[in-house]
Amino acid sequence: MAVTPGWYMALAAVLFIIGAGGMLLRRNALVMFMSIELMLNAVNLTFVAAGRELNVLEGQVAVFFVMVVAAAEVVVGLAIIIAVFRRRQTASVDELTQLRG
Amino acid sequence: MDLSLSLIIFLPMGGMLLLFGFGKRIGEPGAGIVATLAVVGSFLIAVVLAFDFINGDGPAETVRWFEWLPAFGVEAELRWDQLSALMTLVVTGVGSLIHLYSIGYMRGDPGFGRFFSYLNLFITSMLILVLANNFALLFVGWELVGLSSYLLISFWFERPIAAAAGKKAFIVNRVGDVGFILALMLIFSVFGSLGFDTVFEGAHRGELTVTMATAIALLLLVGAAGKSAQLPLYVWLPDAMEGPTPVSALIHAATMVTAGVYMVARTGAIFELAPIAAATVAVVGGATALFAATIAIAQRDIKRVLAYSTISQLGYMFMGVGAAAYTAGVFHLMTHAFFKALLFLGAGSVIHGMSGEQDMHKMGGLARKMPVTFATMAIAWLAISGIPPFAGFWSKDEILGVVFERGGLWQVLWGVGLVTALLTAFYMTRMMWLTFFGEPRWDDGVEPHESPRLMTVPLVVLAGLSVVGGLVNTPFKATLEHFLDPVFEAVHLAHAPDGSLAWILAAVSVAAGIIGIGAAILRYRSRVPVEDGLGWRLLGNGYYIDDVYAGVFAGGGKLGADWLAFRFDVRGIDGAVEGIGSLTRKAGGWLRPLQTGFVRSYGLAIIAGAVGLLAWFLSRGGI
Repeated sequence: MAVTPGWYMALAAVLFIIGAGGMLLRRNALVMFMSIELMLNAVNLTFVAAGRELNVLEGQVAVFFVMVVAAAEVVVGLAIIIAVFRRRQTASVDELTQLRG
Repeated sequence: MDLSLSLIIFLPMGGMLLLFGFGKRIGEPGAGIVATLAVVGSFLIAVVLAFDFINGDGPAETVRWFEWLPAFGVEAELRWDQLSALMTLVVTGVGSLIHLYSIGYMRGDPGFGRFFSYLNLFITSMLILVLANNFALLFVGWELVGLSSYLLISFWFERPIAAAAGKKAFIVNRVGDVGFILALMLIFSVFGSLGFDTVFEGAHRGELTVTMATAIALLLLVGAAGKSAQLPLYVWLPDAMEGPTPVSALIHAATMVTAGVYMVARTGAIFELAPIAAATVAVVGGATALFAATIAIAQRDIKRVLAYSTISQLGYMFMGVGAAAYTAGVFHLMTHAFFKALLFLGAGSVIHGMSGEQDMHKMGGLARKMPVTFATMAIAWLAISGIPPFAGFWSKDEILGVVFERGGLWQVLWGVGLVTALLTAFYMTRMMWLTFFGEPRWDDGVEPHESPRLMTVPLVVLAGLSVVGGLVNTPFKATLEHFLDPVFEAVHLAHAPDGSLAWILAAVSVAAGIIGIGAAILRYRSRVPVEDGLGWRLLGNGYYIDDVYAGVFAGGGKLGADWLAFRFDVRGIDGAVEGIGSLTRKAGGWLRPLQTGFVRSYGLAIIAGAVGLLAWFLSRGGI
């Protein structure tokens, strides 16, 4: 059974749904972050798969962009989480509701 | 010619600027002398320049200063013809005498230099008005005399009454000016020019429809009624008596208030085409004459008697020019300038001698204390009462004659004029008697004394003019009429009757004067009657017109302003602003619950949105 692009897409969809579910269901900020990374990488997988199937380089180029942005985002996000944890001794997002309207 | 005519204006203008800058340093009496010399200089130049006109018919001349408003084709241009020459002579001649008088009257006033600076400003403005060769420059002079009038009425501005009177004069004049400006706009829209020659020649060629001529003439009348204190815009003039007495004499009797008469005479070519408007002028004049004369009877303040008398006499002039008797109107303007300036200056002399007392009920018996003032004022009294051969008789008689000769309803106006003449003689006699005859009723400590020579000399000169001034235009030798003929040759002039009718009319008007004088003498000869009761109070307060105006116009304006300030502004403007603010706050309040503060619910919203977008794209069959 050959691995067709459909399989890649299906895997990416599964990974994306796991990520989305993790983000919606988990309270720990760190775990939510990891879920977001999972979603980003699911998208990356679709990019490279489509790039190879269509035989173009743009897919891989887009992936590099996503990786760079994700790296930058993680730096900022982790810094915020650590700063919050130092003040509050917690990483649960459900307790961080000061911005409620 | 160019330079000398301009100098007539530049001399007082220079005096004004000099005194405005250095009036205080020049001091007393230097500032007065400078100002007087400037006006005397203008007078002498005017006399020399007018010689051509007097000798024969010298041509009318124009002097172009500079191109002023090219868009309207308006140039700053002066016009020197018989009418402007006569006006210039009256303004500078009477003006010189009053300047001289003021040096004595204003002695010791802290604003001495300022006073003469303003007086010169007035002379400058008035000369611009009478010498202008187009409506635009005329209007500049018109506004400038209004300004100097305001400055001089409220000269003693630390007195609230004087300041209020100045403002009143200014504002009432603005009402008239609106009419004048509208008239100028109409004139420009019809003729495309504001030059006198273009407009009047155009009017003659028939470029003006009767409707348009009537509209323009009526609007001009509004302007003239404001400046010349005619019904219904006369209310500022009695209050203007708060100014120094020489100002009342110069501006509010002899010269400025006659600007309306001059303007109607100047624009005779337009009024000729609008018989209804001309008749309106005459009716306004006649009504004002009678109305003001009745009020003058019951005034106790000597200056207010003269103020209402001025309004009444201006009504005569309007009656004259309205009846197309421009020469007669201008003639009365001239003689009135002499005897009314004299009356005011005499009243000033009396007030001066009585240490500021103006109430006639506190005078009496002054004839012996102030012989020169009494003698000169007596001449003016006879002149204004229409007793021949004094000046007022000839001019008043000519106006009445012309009005009678027009026939029909005009004869009603003649009757009004005749009654006014009777009333005039009555109230002037009352004033003379209360002031100069009878028992002294002075307040304690008042020591009446004759005024200094500086003040009596102008009185004597004006008295002389009041005697002979009328002789320039008698039915036997109409010098003034011939003098002014070139100005009015294109206009149809109404003439006084001649022959036996003239004699009868003259006799009737003299009889009216004598009856008025006699009645007043009988009434006031032995004692001062108590003048109280409903009628006297009604007249004494000028039919309460001031209060009516204050209630209707000032009160109405105040109500409107109050409504705007405390209703419309608070509820309307502020309400709208505050409404928008509170609406925004309320909307914010409704939307606040959306921000739960739970990061995961935001995440859910994002995903829901993404899914929604995806569903939409898919439903359209692709991106």
